[in-house]
Parts: sequence; structure tokens; C-alpha cells
Amino acid sequence: MTTEFRIDVKKALGKSEVRAHFRKAMDTLMINRRNQFPDDAALQALRTQAQAIRANVLSKLPELLQQLETNLTKNGVQVHWAETTDEANQIVLAIMQKHGAKSIIKGKSMVSEEMGLNHFLEERGIEALESDLGEFIIQLDGETPSHIIMPAIHKSKEQISTLFHEKFPDIPYTDNVDELTASARRILRDKFYAAPVGLSGVNFAVAETGTLCLVENEGNGRMSTTIPPVHIAVTGIEKVVEKLSDIPPLLSILPRSATGQPITTYFNMISGPRKADEKDGPTEVHLVLLDNGRSRIYSDSELLATLRCIRCGACINHCPVYVRIGGHSYGTVYPGPIGTILEPQKSGLSVHGELIQASSLCGACGEVCPVRIPIPNIINRLRYDSVRKDSENTPTQDAGTKRKPLEAATWQAWSWAASTPSVYNFGGKTATQLRGLVPNNLGAWTSVRSAPKLAEQTLHQQLKALGVDHE
Amino acid sequence: MSETTRTPKPDSVYFFGTCLIDLIYPKAGVSAVQLLQREGVKVIYPQAQTCCGQPAWNSGYRDEARKVARAQIKLFSKPIPIVIPSGSCAGMMKTHYPELFKGEPDETEALGVANRVYELTEFLVDVLNVQLQDLGEPVDVAVHTSCSARREMGVADKIEQLLGQLSQVAVKEQAYKAECCGFGGTFAVKEPEISAAMVADKTQHIRATGATQLVSQDCGCLMNISGAFAYQAQHEGKPALKAQHIAEFLWERTSNPSPALPLSGKGVANSIPSNMSPPLTRGGREGFSA
Repeated sequence: MTTEFRIDVKKALGKSEVRAHFRKAMDTLMINRRNQFPDDAALQALRTQAQAIRANVLSKLPELLQQLETNLTKNGVQVHWAETTDEANQIVLAIMQKHGAKSIIKGKSMVSEEMGLNHFLEERGIEALESDLGEFIIQLDGETPSHIIMPAIHKSKEQISTLFHEKFPDIPYTDNVDELTASARRILRDKFYAAPVGLSGVNFAVAETGTLCLVENEGNGRMSTTIPPVHIAVTGIEKVVEKLSDIPPLLSILPRSATGQPITTYFNMISGPRKADEKDGPTEVHLVLLDNGRSRIYSDSELLATLRCIRCGACINHCPVYVRIGGHSYGTVYPGPIGTILEPQKSGLSVHGELIQASSLCGACGEVCPVRIPIPNIINRLRYDSVRKDSENTPTQDAGTKRKPLEAATWQAWSWAASTPSVYNFGGKTATQLRGLVPNNLGAWTSVRSAPKLAEQTLHQQLKALGVDHE
Repeated sequence: MSETTRTPKPDSVYFFGTCLIDLIYPKAGVSAVQLLQREGVKVIYPQAQTCCGQPAWNSGYRDEARKVARAQIKLFSKPIPIVIPSGSCAGMMKTHYPELFKGEPDETEALGVANRVYELTEFLVDVLNVQLQDLGEPVDVAVHTSCSARREMGVADKIEQLLGQLSQVAVKEQAYKAECCGFGGTFAVKEPEISAAMVADKTQHIRATGATQLVSQDCGCLMNISGAFAYQAQHEGKPALKAQHIAEFLWERTSNPSPALPLSGKGVANSIPSNMSPPLTRGGREGFSA
């Protein structure tokens, strides 16, 4: 097979330096996370609590979204609904046009990546500038994020130094991280002051109070949402939580799972535009709520768990596949295990369906997920969806389209043989008798491994001969 | 999840040998049966058993998986434990049969089977509380616990508990111990490059410990890792490393030396070493106790 994914995977696996870099970065993140949860019982209790909070949201999502809209509107926030990414982009564009804005400064937002917002705006002559340091770096290099929390994790310090020098020739070359950060900070500072519109994502949208919560480390989120006169927040419809009291447990588990920080440097709670007696803050706040396939996922009781995700990236950090192929190989906005289940559900199995094979089902992702999304089970379910005959019984798009006649016939034949003991035993006996005929070349398997040898006699035969009871 | 003293020691158990052991690693299956018999447990091995259905289940072919699983369920109807020398197949029966048979007419039977499933090392430690006496030479061993034993069955520490009883066995811990070896069933075939990268790292980490052999409770992982060991010995001039199923390793080290079982021809039944059959009584086991 020479699909794009497979080609990218091969390329990525060949880059030993980048792989070593990913390994080191993921190792650090895994250790940091572990250090944050010294008491396993406490961790499990917190996971249970976080799972329950997110599951509760999903049990009454439509009602909570309505409540969120009502309370946000009461607070003076303008709420917009977008079924598709195109609609979401058009909404952002219309707001910008209303203000005659030619540029937008962005805090980190994966939903804006999902929308392809930067590209969309640039095509219409609007500059979209990333202000998160990682996003800033990859934007300079014309790349997309390779990780949902650490978008530039694939880049080494040296690469970033060279890139900065290339893009900002006036700044003397340095590979000192503090100096590089200071340069970026200086460049961005002026942009913050000048930008007519700021954009951000949302980590939690509280229905009870109409509050938008934003978790970040660099302060760029706060600046993007407070300095420009207009703030546009974009988020997926699943990001709502019911009550303000749901926030502490989620905030407790999110950064610890993500980067191994006890808490992030900044936590913003945005409850509306600047009031008459206030000295700063935007005069207009908008929230764009994006569906983009989420309500389809919502309609299935098993797939629904996908929407519990709080985007911490722990599954990515712990994935033995991700650490080897990196984020870009996935060819998706969300890489790693969460991307593996989310992307084919969002865009259909014919677009990203191949990803569901790129898992050994080792379960490391499910083990660390702070809201206990059974990621391996959902991968299994999507594999089922991809070959099932009753495609009308799943909301997954393009269900059944991966069912190939030869593969299906092979499994049917296997199923018949393995459910008919006489056939199975005859087959096993015959196979062992013909063991000498098993070729040494078994394709991909034997490119790095020797071929397994069939036994001289099956276990069935040996235990029968040993007189083991077989009632 | 394993719970200590979940079950009082039973008089008899079912043994589900798995298809991989049946066809490629029968010695592991025979050793497992011998380990159980030595504890005074009567082992029942239904000859009509085939495969747990996992390959089809993980490939999305649920109807085909269910058909095969259904044929197994019928064979394990008595209310006695079902012992399986594989975390992966045990995990399939214990955690996935309930999903696979949800709403099916034989759901109750499937749940009945799922609730009685034990992975072998779990059963030896938690239910039988085996006491082993090491009769072997000193050896440095690395342990690979399969992902299914670790995460689905929750029995990650059982092999070490068993090896800890063997005075001449030193366990060498490899880096990235809890990471997948890259087998993953059809994953190794569908994503061969990623799988190859994973097993390359796994073998490298194991080799770095200086252990001369590897043990695991899962033959899928063993086929993957030992296949890579053999390939590296043949093509890359690296030392050959032995890889064995934990049952085979334990039996070899704790049973009296006996002639190897001649497996060719028809003479199997006549050449069973004396300590294999009939099942030893509990009294007969005493000599092996530490």
C-alpha cells in the first residue's frame, strides 16, 4: 500500500533525529505527569470525578447549550452557531468586516486549526497572527501543529534559532531559549496593541454562569482576549460544562495530565465585554460554537465518549505510535490516539479511516485519559463500522466502505473453520504436518523478523496423548 | 482486575490453550497444564476448542468473531475457572465477550464465561498461591508483560511475583518496560513499518539489560520479539536471545530433569515423562515446595 499516510509514516520513521527528539519530549511529559500523580488512588478518584462531569454534560448537551447561550447573551456575549467549519469561518469574517478589521491576533485554538481559519482569512487579505510561542514558530515556517498542546514540539532549539534568524535578520543569531522567547515577545507586543480583533479558543464554557474559561501559560491568551477591542472565541459544542463548581476538578486534572504542571500560569474566566465603568477589556465579545460532525458523534451512545475529551494530549504523549511517527504523519488537525478516533468520525472513514489501523490497541491512551475515554474500544468500534454491512445502524460516515470482498471472504472462511472443531483440528494437524512448507519470506513480517515455525504437533494432539481430560 | 483470594482453590479448571499456542507454541500449553496439575488441580481441556475470536474482533468482523466465540462458550459450561495462558485471549473473553454478546440470546452464557476467566499467572499467584522451588542454573531474565495482561487483565506484576520465588533467577528490567512491543495482531501486518520500529526498540532495550533470555505470558508478543531476536542474530550478527512463555520457563526450572518429549511420529503417548501424567496429587507436589 502506498497511501499518503503510509508514505508520510515511512518518511517520519526515517528521520532518526526528529524521532529522538520526540522520544525525549514525550518521555519528559510522561515523567512530569507521573510526578503530578504520586497517589494512584487519588488519581483514579479524580479521573472518576472528571469523567462524571463530562458524561453529565453529554447526557444533557442540548439543554446546556441553550442555557449557555441564554446566560452568555445576558452577559453581553454574542453567540453564533456554526454547523460546518465554513460557516464558522464566514461568521468570523463577517465580524471582522463589520469592524473593517484587516488583521487578527490569535491565542492558541485547535478549533481554529480545525476551521483552517488562518488560511481562510489570508485568502481574503486578512492577516492572522499566532501569538502562542509554539504556534508563532510553526506559522513562521508555514507548518501545522504536530501536537495539540505543544504545536512546535517537532522542532529542535537549533531549528528554531535558524528559523528566527532567517525570518528576522535584524535580530542577531542566538540559540539561547530565553533570548529567542524575548524576541518573540517583543515582536508580538506591538501586534497586540495594534490588532483590531483577538481570537481565542475555550477550554470550558460554563452554562450556569455564561463564563468562558481559558487555560494558558504564556499570557498571550489573556492579551488576545483583553487588548483588542473585539474578542472572538471559537469552540466545539462539546466544551460546555454545567456548573462553575465543575471547573476545579477539571482544572486540577487538565494541566497535570497535559504538561505535568500543577496548574497553568494563567487561567482566564471571561464573563462578557467591558462594562461601562471598566477601564479595559474588549467592547465586543463573540462566541462561535462549532458542530463539524460533533452532533453526529453525539447521536451514538458508544461513540459519544469521544466528546468527553478535554484536549489535554496525555493520550498523545503516551502513544507508542505517535512517539515514532510524530504528529504530521497523521495528516490531521488532531494527531495521536484522540485524532485517530475523532478525525474519522468528523470527516468520515473515507477521509481518515486509515488511521484506525495505526494502533496496536496497547491501551496506553485509555490508561492515562483523565476522563476515561475508552479509546481502544472506540478504535475497535470504528474498525467494525468500516467493514460492517448494516451501515445504516451507525452515524459514522462512509461506514462499510472499507469492506473488501477478499478480506471479508477470508474472515468468513476463518470463522467457519474456527467454529467447526473437526475442520479446525484437521487444518491444524495438516498445517503442522506441512510445516516444512511454510516459506521463510512472509512479506512485511519477515522484513525484521524470522518467520515463526509451526509446531510438530498441535497442543490438541499433545494433550490428548498425555491423557488430559477433554470432556 | 485481579483480586487476591477471589476464589477458593478449585478441584478442577478448564484450560483454554489459545490458537497460537496450539499451532506454534504447544510446549507452553503443555507446561501450563503441568503447572496446574502439580498443584493438585484437575485440568479439563475441551478438545473442540479453537480460537477466542480476537483476530476477527480486532479487525472489525464482529459477526465472524461472535460465531467463533459462540463455539467456545458452549465448551465451558461448568461453573469452574477457565485458565488461559495469554493475557490477550483472556482479555478478549473477559472484557470483550460481554460487548460481543450484548443483546444476543446467549448473553448470559457469555457473561458466565467472562466472569470465570483467569490469565495463567494470575491464577497461579492469586488462586493457587503456588510455591516454587528453583532447580535451574543462575540466569538473568527480562520480562515482557503484554499490554493486555497489563491493562485489560490488570495482572502486570504476576510474572515478577512468580520469578521472585526462584532463587537463581535475576530479573533485569529493561527501559520502556510498559511500552507495547509492536505486535498488536493485524497491526503488525497492516502497519508493518511502525510495528518494525516498535519491535526494534523493544529488542534493543531488552538486549541492553544483559539478560540472556526473555519471558512473557503472551505468545503474540513472543512471536514478535523472538522473531526479531532471531532475525537480528541471523542478519545483524547480534547474540541470539532465548524467548519463552512463562509457563514453559517455570516448568523447566521447577520440574525434575526429564527427557524431552519426542514429538515426531506416533510414540508420544508412550514416552510421557513420569512426572507428567497422571496429574499429580497435592501430596506429590510437596517435594517441589520451597
